[in-house]
Amino acid sequence: MRTYVLRRLLQIVPLLLGISALTFALLQMAPGDFLDTMADNPAISPAALDAMRVRFGLDRPWWEQYLLYLRNIFLHLDFGTSFSRQQPVFEVLRTGLGNTLLLASAAAVVTWGLAVPLGVLAAVRQHGWADRSLSFLAVLWLAVPEVLSGLLLLWMASATGWFPVGGMHGLDADLMGAGERLLDLLHHLALPALVVGLIPLASRMRQMRASLLDQLRLDYVTTARAKGLPESAVIGRHALRNALNPLITLFGFTLGSLVSGAFVAETIFSWPGLGSLTLEAIQTQDQYLVMGAVLMASTVLILGNLIADLLLAIADPRIRHE
Amino acid sequence: MSDLATRPPASPAREFWRQFRKSSLGVAGGIALLVLYGLALFAPFLAPYAETRIDRDRFFHPPTPLHWVDAEGRFHARPFVYATVPGLDQTYTVDTSRRHALVLFAKGDPYRWFGVFETDRHLFGVEAPGRIHLLGADDAGRDVFTRLLYGAQVSLTVGLVGIAISFSIGLLLGGVSGYYGGWVDTVIMRATELLLSIPGLYLIVALRGVFPLDLPSRQTYLAIVTILAFIGWAGLARVIRGMVLSLRQAEYVVAAQAMGASSLRIIVRHILPNTLSFTIVAATVAIPGYILGEVFLSFLGVGVQPPAASWGNMLNAARSQRVLTSFPWMLAAPGLAIFVTVMAFNFLGDGLRDALDPRRTTGGKR
Repeated sequence: MRTYVLRRLLQIVPLLLGISALTFALLQMAPGDFLDTMADNPAISPAALDAMRVRFGLDRPWWEQYLLYLRNIFLHLDFGTSFSRQQPVFEVLRTGLGNTLLLASAAAVVTWGLAVPLGVLAAVRQHGWADRSLSFLAVLWLAVPEVLSGLLLLWMASATGWFPVGGMHGLDADLMGAGERLLDLLHHLALPALVVGLIPLASRMRQMRASLLDQLRLDYVTTARAKGLPESAVIGRHALRNALNPLITLFGFTLGSLVSGAFVAETIFSWPGLGSLTLEAIQTQDQYLVMGAVLMASTVLILGNLIADLLLAIADPRIRHE
Repeated sequence: MSDLATRPPASPAREFWRQFRKSSLGVAGGIALLVLYGLALFAPFLAPYAETRIDRDRFFHPPTPLHWVDAEGRFHARPFVYATVPGLDQTYTVDTSRRHALVLFAKGDPYRWFGVFETDRHLFGVEAPGRIHLLGADDAGRDVFTRLLYGAQVSLTVGLVGIAISFSIGLLLGGVSGYYGGWVDTVIMRATELLLSIPGLYLIVALRGVFPLDLPSRQTYLAIVTILAFIGWAGLARVIRGMVLSLRQAEYVVAAQAMGASSLRIIVRHILPNTLSFTIVAATVAIPGYILGEVFLSFLGVGVQPPAASWGNMLNAARSQRVLTSFPWMLAAPGLAIFVTVMAFNFLGDGLRDALDPRRTTGGKR
């Protein structure tokens, strides 16, 4: 197992290097030198400009610049400076990444908390009314992009006033106790998490249903039933465990898609995450911030895939011994 | 039995069509898409006004229903709309004493159709000085129905153009990768891995940063198509590579090699056509992703910019709380259009997949 983990970790390194090269190439292709934009800003002293020019080697050939960019990241976790915020990119993104991960985790709870029971229900009552109405809803839901579901929930929130319409905290959050603050945060988290979590719901539910149905056809289920086990035990203790196995790997992959999916929800509900930051950075042409955000989001996706593989290796010994 | 024996074997195309017609949802999706693309094609004629016509007296004007029976209960053969009087805060009171009848083939804003015919005839309009807003008016008093039709020209074609480019790249690179193997394969596959490791929406936005933000709308359109095509080929190339790996051992490939056909010819003329049924289904299923890519960028305000219309920037205009609660048609019109389009593509894709699935036609179990 240890060699398997090591091998998979080592495979990540060239991938991240490649992504950094790609983002760096994009940085080079973007119109205008970003120091030109900075030079127009009276708040930035010429000395600071010169310091940045030296630090990123902008007077040198591009390959030297790329090596410097890499060196700054590896040695100092220095992703450059966000010139719209006058802060190191890493500082800015760290908070954003945390908020996005919080949103993505809450969304994962929504997805799996709904997909597993609904999928089981549909499989157990195959061709029943619950199954048919769920698959009908899934077909409809697959055609609702998150931009739309987000706006619909925002409309609901502003029409009813049941949920806050944006941000992470209420205005008086600073005056609250710890418990109240947590409730306030969850209250703000609910709608964006619902938007993000519902995106993969329809397909996860279908996969859960199909997987359980496959298991229910197998002989061991017949055996369990024949020896007189109650149906709840047949499904809960035998079939469901095996049916969840193929879904384990999807769990990790979903993490990556949730980070991407969070982008839209973040902008609609002004959730201060990585997506909101990226959008703001694009609009203010804050290139180092854009590149840093892309690198971080990719890292999350790659780690998600890694977790998926590792979970599968734990569940299935054939993989780690291949 | 005698029927089976005497009927000549159906050609693949006819067999496909016979199977496809069986799926009513697939056919319905196909018809819906023909209608939608038809609406986009004839947008300047079908729309009562010009795409960017601003009306300062009609900001957020609500939809104007067509009436046949007036306030006194009299029936009119020609449907009409009532005049409205603007009040405070974008409220409008209906003035039932003034009626404006519907006019077919009405004279209106001039336009150039397909860039050639110049005319000012629209399918319908109402008598001056009335205005007809079937789906209401937007924040600049522009007709939402008109903008929906013009927006369809952008939003619906982004998918087709994007898919055409990215699938050409994907087929060729996937074919080359699977056929040659070796270092070519390694390089191409590492490149696809790279693209697939970056969360899609982040990559789209980062690529958008490569182009200047304040481009004219036609160039923005090209930029969006380029971005989506650049991202979209990777997934397809990986699947095609897998198919080519198994196809390159086929006898007809060996035969073509023996006859001295060039590698590129074998890939393009012999191998890739055998992946066609998969490619068609994959393309149909992938198009909504491209359409939503444009919607996403324009919704975020970095795509097609107003006054040019796209479904994405129409959604963007609807995103504030005040608009959502007070002027719901701003969300409903583009929202429903997107919903119907995506669903139609999904249905069509399912229908095509069922019809092209060889397991079904040979009677194997599904």
